[in-house]
Amino acid sequence: MSEPSVQSTGVDDVVAPMTLGIPAETKRGERLVAASPKTVAQLVALGYTVIVQKGAGTEATFADAEYVAAGAKISDAKTAWGADIVTAVNAPGSAQLNKMRKASVLISMMSAPSSPDYIADLAKRGITGMALDAVPRISRAQSMDVLSTMSNVSGYRAVIEAAENFGGMFTGQMTAAGKTPPANVFVIGAGVAGLSALGTAASLGAEVRAFDVRPEVGEQIESMGATFVQAAAAQQEVSSDGYAKALSEEQEKLTAVMYAEESAKADVVITTALVRGKAVRTISAEMVAAMKPGSVIIDLAAIGGGNCELTVPGERIVTDNGVVIVGYTDLTSRMPQHTSQLFGTNIVNVMKLLTPGKNGVAALNFQDEVVRGMTVAHDGEVMWPPPPVKVSAAAPAVEVAVMDPEEKARLAAEAATKKANRRLITSTVAAVLVVLAVATSPFSFVSYFTIFALSVVVGYYVISGVSHSLHTPLMAQTNAISGIILVGALLQLGSTDIAVLVMSFIAASIASINIFGGFLVSYRMLSMFQKEA
Amino acid sequence: MTTIGLIQGLYIVAGVMFILSLAGLSKQATARSGNLIGIIGMGLALSATVWYSIYLSAEFPADRQPVWLTALLILVVLGIGLSVGAPIARKVEMTQMPELIAAFHSFVGMAAVLVGINSYLAESSGDSVHTVEVALGVLIGAYTFTGSVVAYLKLSAKMKSSPLVLPGRNLLNMGAFAVFFALMMWLVALGDGHHTLGLVLVLLMAVIGLALGWHMVAAIGGGDMPVVVSMLNSYSGWAAAAAGFMLGNNLLIITGALVGSSGAILSYIMCRAMNRSFISVILGGFGADDSKPAAGADGPVGDYTEISVEGAVEALLSAKSVVITPGYGMAVAKAQYPVAELTHRLRSRGIKVRFGVHPVAGRLPGHMNVLLAEAKVPYDIVLEMDEINDDFTGTDVVLVIGANDTVNPAANDDPSSPIAGMPVLEVWHAQHVIVFKRSMATGYAGVQNPLFFKENTDMLFGDAKTQVEAIVAGLPALQKA
Repeated sequence: MSEPSVQSTGVDDVVAPMTLGIPAETKRGERLVAASPKTVAQLVALGYTVIVQKGAGTEATFADAEYVAAGAKISDAKTAWGADIVTAVNAPGSAQLNKMRKASVLISMMSAPSSPDYIADLAKRGITGMALDAVPRISRAQSMDVLSTMSNVSGYRAVIEAAENFGGMFTGQMTAAGKTPPANVFVIGAGVAGLSALGTAASLGAEVRAFDVRPEVGEQIESMGATFVQAAAAQQEVSSDGYAKALSEEQEKLTAVMYAEESAKADVVITTALVRGKAVRTISAEMVAAMKPGSVIIDLAAIGGGNCELTVPGERIVTDNGVVIVGYTDLTSRMPQHTSQLFGTNIVNVMKLLTPGKNGVAALNFQDEVVRGMTVAHDGEVMWPPPPVKVSAAAPAVEVAVMDPEEKARLAAEAATKKANRRLITSTVAAVLVVLAVATSPFSFVSYFTIFALSVVVGYYVISGVSHSLHTPLMAQTNAISGIILVGALLQLGSTDIAVLVMSFIAASIASINIFGGFLVSYRMLSMFQKEA
Repeated sequence: MTTIGLIQGLYIVAGVMFILSLAGLSKQATARSGNLIGIIGMGLALSATVWYSIYLSAEFPADRQPVWLTALLILVVLGIGLSVGAPIARKVEMTQMPELIAAFHSFVGMAAVLVGINSYLAESSGDSVHTVEVALGVLIGAYTFTGSVVAYLKLSAKMKSSPLVLPGRNLLNMGAFAVFFALMMWLVALGDGHHTLGLVLVLLMAVIGLALGWHMVAAIGGGDMPVVVSMLNSYSGWAAAAAGFMLGNNLLIITGALVGSSGAILSYIMCRAMNRSFISVILGGFGADDSKPAAGADGPVGDYTEISVEGAVEALLSAKSVVITPGYGMAVAKAQYPVAELTHRLRSRGIKVRFGVHPVAGRLPGHMNVLLAEAKVPYDIVLEMDEINDDFTGTDVVLVIGANDTVNPAANDDPSSPIAGMPVLEVWHAQHVIVFKRSMATGYAGVQNPLFFKENTDMLFGDAKTQVEAIVAGLPALQKA
């Protein structure tokens, strides 16, 4: 593995802090920016000199003055692109790459799998390319996963778009002027976007139903307040990699029937079936034809060609039977303020990983699978695709033996019987021993022993139901009560034997400390417990 | 005989009152009346005894000190108890409750030893049953005494809390018991007479008890101290019961057996909460198995994320439901007052705040409840583990304040962990967990906690009290409309 060129030498005070540029986005209609004033402050705290292009945050409602207040410098495009590290939302075009320096680092989304030419171009220019959308999907890297961020926002926005295009209210109402039913929303695919959409729709008061081919997400769907559409035959087995697999022909037929039924009932259909950048066809033209006039389809997979046969990516169309199909591909751009904030935080987390010394010097440690995974080009070489991520943590979990529940129950029952038998034997032995002991004892002992045995049982039952919160006061109280040994000492206190007298005096004194102290402490604790008025 | 009959009657009434007292203490609603009944019962028992002791001195002037001296001594004794016990009870910090209770147990143990020796000196007539009673009483008392002293030292950090492991410790203990048994047989065989030799034997037995108590509690690790305190509580009861047998006193037998069995069942309940076998706790040496310390000695594993006070304030303000899980760290930092204040502030903003208390949080069962009660947290929002574990999924923020092992997911996930199988507070199901901790050091069980490395967990380092106070100060003032 080649030595990274941008690396801390370990001598913090000698190496000057790097500059980190936040240029304005150049993609048409893009309103996002790669940093908010808040995240700029965090980047400054990591030691970087942050340069924000003039007006970069305007569309996302961040004024230049706010960036300055957070510690950034405002500059022209040339300076921002010329920084040691450049962070952007979208992969810049060649006009921008021309402004970048050799050996500088570009951090942005790059759609690496589908753009080998672009990566080759970066390598040729000697730019280190780090693709934010190639962060390995492991738990540690989740805070850097911009895809999650984007999906989350677009799921939310999908519901807002649907609400705008739908001619009614999402929540059902009973008014003096009559009642309106709640909107029926059907969500296909319960990934991050789907879950976000169904949660948002549910919180607006809609009746939400959702389907996913992975049966294990049913619980997540229900937890967000939606109904999981059961279509047992159409569902696959638990997926191993977290992504949905392609369905068999039989399953596909059954799923199609279910989609047709559900979409015909729905006022709003939100489709999110995008598997590794490719849209899966879920809603056919016939299904749309069978939908109610005025109903709305929001196709979140429009960017990958669309889940609905009639979707036109980037457009809103109305079909002949009055169904609105929204295929916008810029949903995240439509909520620029929060998306930029979240996206910026993802970048801050990447920079934290790259800046272990918090000294404004980025170090690329390719031993780290997250760093390695997102680096697509470095030092003139193409680094894509990365070696597969080893998920060591997951291994033991898979190993857990799946035991037949009946077998389990049988074993448990067996253990219980054994335990009961053992208990019976010990009890019998104990009882026999007690009988023998009593039989050989004098009568006075027997009466004392009776009292003793009964008291033991009483003590057991009195305490068994004690609530945990009272354990400490209870212990103080029993401790005070066991000071009753004072009774024995007091009776000996009249003895004429001087040794006995002295010892009983000591015994009585400490036992009485115990009694007074124990009761008072218990009293003090108990008077602290108070129920809310 | 009427006097004696009357006194016996009073004893029975007192015994019943003690039973009612303990029964009352098992529920919040009746706890205070339970305490009161116990005090009255003790008052009755003591008055009866004082009366009886003076009566004996009056009736048998030949065998007893004069009445005035007996009465004076009793007065002095009670005066000592009141003047020493009451100030301690009033001043003790709630965080030091475990030490105090352990110290009190040692008093009972000591008293039992002295009463036992006295009983041998004054009343022994060679009766073998009485001799056995004396031997057992002295042994249990001595055991309770040193055991409690060691527990006190460990709890107040005056002694290392790690288990002391002597080679062949179980054999040593067995050997000591065998020697004790032999001495007891010898003493029985002595019969009446040879009181000096008998006294030496009794003292030897006391020494064995002292050594056993010291060794056995020293072998128990700090993590198991709650169980030990409760077990010593039980022993102090058995010691009193043994004294009752040798003095032929029903009240002592009833009360001793009551305390003994209640302490035992309490220890058992706690062992179950920790998923530890009762026997293995008594035999001691937790964490001393060869395989165990190796697993626990690891330093930090993986990456953790830190959060600032401002970040924590923000997280709390945007939460709808907050659960606080306190641990011993809260007691050490005396953070219960700021925590109560934080609770109050958050609740006045309409945020649902609850407490999740693990049964063995702290160094004494119910320790957390007492601390929270001291800081005036209403007890109906303080929930037990079983009540709250299912609710973490719907919780926005969990504040883990000074708890470690009780929130360790390794107990569920890692069968090789020393705390595997212990029920824990499943805080990691919440949206966001903030852990207040002084450093990345391990908890009492010496086990690393994977919770800290989970992605929804943030660490807030520093003294729990200072940090919670900073958060309280960071909450913007609520506008009064």
